[in-house]
This record gives sequence, structure tokens and C-alpha cells, in this order.
Amino acid sequence: MSWQPSASIDTLQKRGQVMTDIRQFFQAKQVLEVETPALSQATVTDVHLHTFETEFVGPGFAQGQRLYLQTSPEFHMKRLLCAGSGAIFQISKSFRNEESGRYHNPEFTMLEWYQPNYDHKDLIAEVDELLRKILSTPASDIQTYQQIFIDHIGLDPLASDIEQIRQVALRYDLGDFVASESNKDTLLQCLFCFVIEPKIGLEKPIAIYNFPASQAALAQIESNDERVARRFEFYYQGIELANGFHELQDASEQLSRFEQDNANRLKEGLSAQPIDHKLINALEHGLPNCAGVALGIDRLIMLALNKRHINEVISFDVRRC
Amino acid sequence: MATVSTNEFKNGLKLMFEGEPSTILDNETVKPGKGQAFNRVKIRKLISGKVLEKTIKSGESFEVADVVECDLAYLYSDGEFWHFMNNETFEQLAADAKAIGDATKWLVEQDECIITLFNGSPIIVTPPNFVELEVTETDPGLKGDTAGTGGKPATLSTGAVLRVPLFIQIGEVLKVDTRTGEYVSRVSK
Repeated sequence: MSWQPSASIDTLQKRGQVMTDIRQFFQAKQVLEVETPALSQATVTDVHLHTFETEFVGPGFAQGQRLYLQTSPEFHMKRLLCAGSGAIFQISKSFRNEESGRYHNPEFTMLEWYQPNYDHKDLIAEVDELLRKILSTPASDIQTYQQIFIDHIGLDPLASDIEQIRQVALRYDLGDFVASESNKDTLLQCLFCFVIEPKIGLEKPIAIYNFPASQAALAQIESNDERVARRFEFYYQGIELANGFHELQDASEQLSRFEQDNANRLKEGLSAQPIDHKLINALEHGLPNCAGVALGIDRLIMLALNKRHINEVISFDVRRC
Repeated sequence: MATVSTNEFKNGLKLMFEGEPSTILDNETVKPGKGQAFNRVKIRKLISGKVLEKTIKSGESFEVADVVECDLAYLYSDGEFWHFMNNETFEQLAADAKAIGDATKWLVEQDECIITLFNGSPIIVTPPNFVELEVTETDPGLKGDTAGTGGKPATLSTGAVLRVPLFIQIGEVLKVDTRTGEYVSRVSK
């Protein structure tokens, strides 16, 4: 059984330097570094995220308390924002079950930050600034989700119905499920992953924004076009690097999205997840107008050091941990 | 019936795909941060030999293909079937022309071949990587010409035709790479 790390010591030294550079970036902007729990009593409802869970037994919890490893520090960090923290960043481990591969390890390092009084476009500019510092990239391209579909495959993802999207997906021979798929977003995601993503962000990073409202997650709906949400993603050299939102402030809207997620989970044969009512209560108290983004640090370091597999930039991957 | 989910996909796994036993050649997971995960797989259908690239929604299940491989020695052909024997159990097994395919021109008596069985019936016969066969027909070569340009055709005892150097004579035994169908060397007797 191999005991050695999956990353070389040389790589880990360079990784350490990138971490220092990231912290300096935020210190210079007077963004406070915070730490929030890895374990939580509630969890995400996202249909496509699989959580790790465990049970705490101890003083005050004699009957046991189910705890979930967080899939991103978002909920806890938003509660800090509601409590008046101001701008905050965190570098922490996130945990996602059923994810392992070239760009995935079930535990990975996430950089997440929030800027009060920013909207999604302000934060896109700040992510770009960080990428330029760490990766020495030229200024990022910025494009809407709708336009990138029109430019690359001649399909308007917002105006088209599921049958029109299916006809396009069938042309690209993307898999047998396409013929019978009943979820419009799954077809769009498939087209995006396999047809569009390989062709964008090759020379310089690209930010895609205004995702369909049905893929909004925790983003505000765009006031000028209710079909889209103020969500963005960064892609560079085939890697999905960051996901951000102009954050939804409306507690009842957030609660109903969580409930809708759970309804969709049940439809897919998954169990419903416990909704984080502490977050909902915090939103009711008031989340400042802010934008937030999560960036995969392991992937950033893969790009910075030109490594092909996530295992090459983390000390011990899941097969060695 | 046993099934496998996409989480169990790995190279070499045998599963039923579009009604045909197939093997996974390559598997990559594509998981957007928000949204459906997919498996991008390269699959070889074992009977037709077709190689396909397919996208599958992660979490889907597939029936496991009852495919096993065994080493059997080639005995003889009766014209309709090719007969093989397990040298340890002496069990015999017959493969039809479809399973034999191109392997027919590389079959040498007593050579051990890999027979792929699907539900107990042979579907593929893979000859050894190297076989030794006698030349039955070739033009008389020029003695002393060892650096021929492109060589000449020669027919072997099984009917296989391949290009050989000009110095090869009828009656000589050649070592042939069955994967490429190319001449390797003369075999000294």
C-alpha cells in the first residue's frame, strides 16, 4: 500500500505560495478571513449534490444528531453576512459524495467570498482580477448564457421549448437519453458540457452569466428579463473554475426554491434533505445586498502549475487518504 | 439479473449496451458544479466490434454482460465449426464462422487461443499474438537480396497472404504478428 503523497513536494511548495498570494489579494482589499463549520445540522437540497452524513452522539445529544459535511460554506457565510460581518472570504474544505475524477476529489478546497454592495458584474470583474494575479491571464471574456448558445450552436436556450432543444441535441449524438429526456435543463447542460464548453475559454478565461432562472440556485432573478438569474460561471481551458451569484435576499423565495428542490428530489427517487431554516431565519433578518462566488482552488492550482489531474495538486487523493 | 451503475464503470467492464455485450474502453465523469452529472464512455460492442462514444446520465444502471474469457487449444475445423479444447479439463467447445471471423487465417493446431464466451457461447476467438506458419506459395526470390524494397506476397498454409522479404522461399516457416498481420521473422528449424 503506497504511503507517498499524490502531489510532489515541489508542487506542494508552489501550492503553498498560491495560497499566500490569494490571502494577500484579500488582505489588500480588507476582506476578512473567516472560518465556518464543516459539519452542519442541515444541508443543501440541490438535486445533483450528494452529501456525506454522520452522527454526533455526546453531551446534549444523547439520542444522536445527524450532521452533514458541507458541500460549500455558503449557508454559514451568509449567516455571518446577515449578522453584519461585511466583506468576508474563506478557504476551506468542501465535501461532495459521488464525485471523483480528473477534476473532482470527494473533498476539495474551496475559496468562497462575499462582497456587500457588489452585483454579479462587479464580482465577475473581481474574479477576473484574481485570475490575472494568480494565472497571469489576459482579461476574461464575458458573455451571456443565451448568446453563447446562439453563437456556438444557433439555439436560443431561453426562447426554445424542450422539443426544439431536443432536436439540436439529437444532431450532436449526445446519448440515448436525449430522445426521452423530460428535463429541459438536463438537455441544455448536456449541450453546454459537451458542445459549447470544449470550445470556450481556451485562450483566456470566460465568464458566462445570466443562466436560465430554472438553474438559478441561490441567485437573484434578473429584473430586466425574468427568464434568467444573476448567476455566473468562469471557464478556462476546459475547466469550470468558479460559480457566483448576485445573492438572493428574499427569504420566502429561497424557502420555496428549497422546497421545489426537495419535490424534484422525490420525483427522481432521492430522499428530501433537511432545509436549513437557520439560513432562512437569517435571510428574514436581512441579507445585505451582495454578490458571492465559490472558486475551486485545486483546479486553480492545476491551471497555475499546468497539471492534468487534480491528484497531482492535492497531498493525498481519495485513493491514498 | 445483475446490474452496474455508472459509479462502477471502469475500463474492461462488460455490460449490455443496446442489446449487445460490450466492453468499456474509456470512462470519464463530467460533473458541472450545478447540474446533472454525465459519464462520457467509449464502448466496444463485442459482437459487431463497433466502437462508440456515448454520453450517459450518471446514476443510470446497466445489465452486466455474462462474458468470460478462457484459453483453449485449437483442434480442427469440420468446415462448419472450429473445435477447441481446454487442455486441463479436456472439455471441448465449437465456435462458428461468425465468432472465428478473421482469426481463421491464424489458427494453428494446438495453439492456445482466447475464446470469449457470452452466455456460454463463443463470440470472439483471439489467436495468440504470434503464430508460426509455413509458406505454401511465393515467387522465387533473388538469393542474397536481404534489403528488398517492399518485398513480395506470400501465401501461408492457412491461406493468409502477407508481404515478406524477397529471400523467403516456399517451405520456410515464418513468425507472424496476428494483431497486425505482418511478417516478423523466419523461424529456424
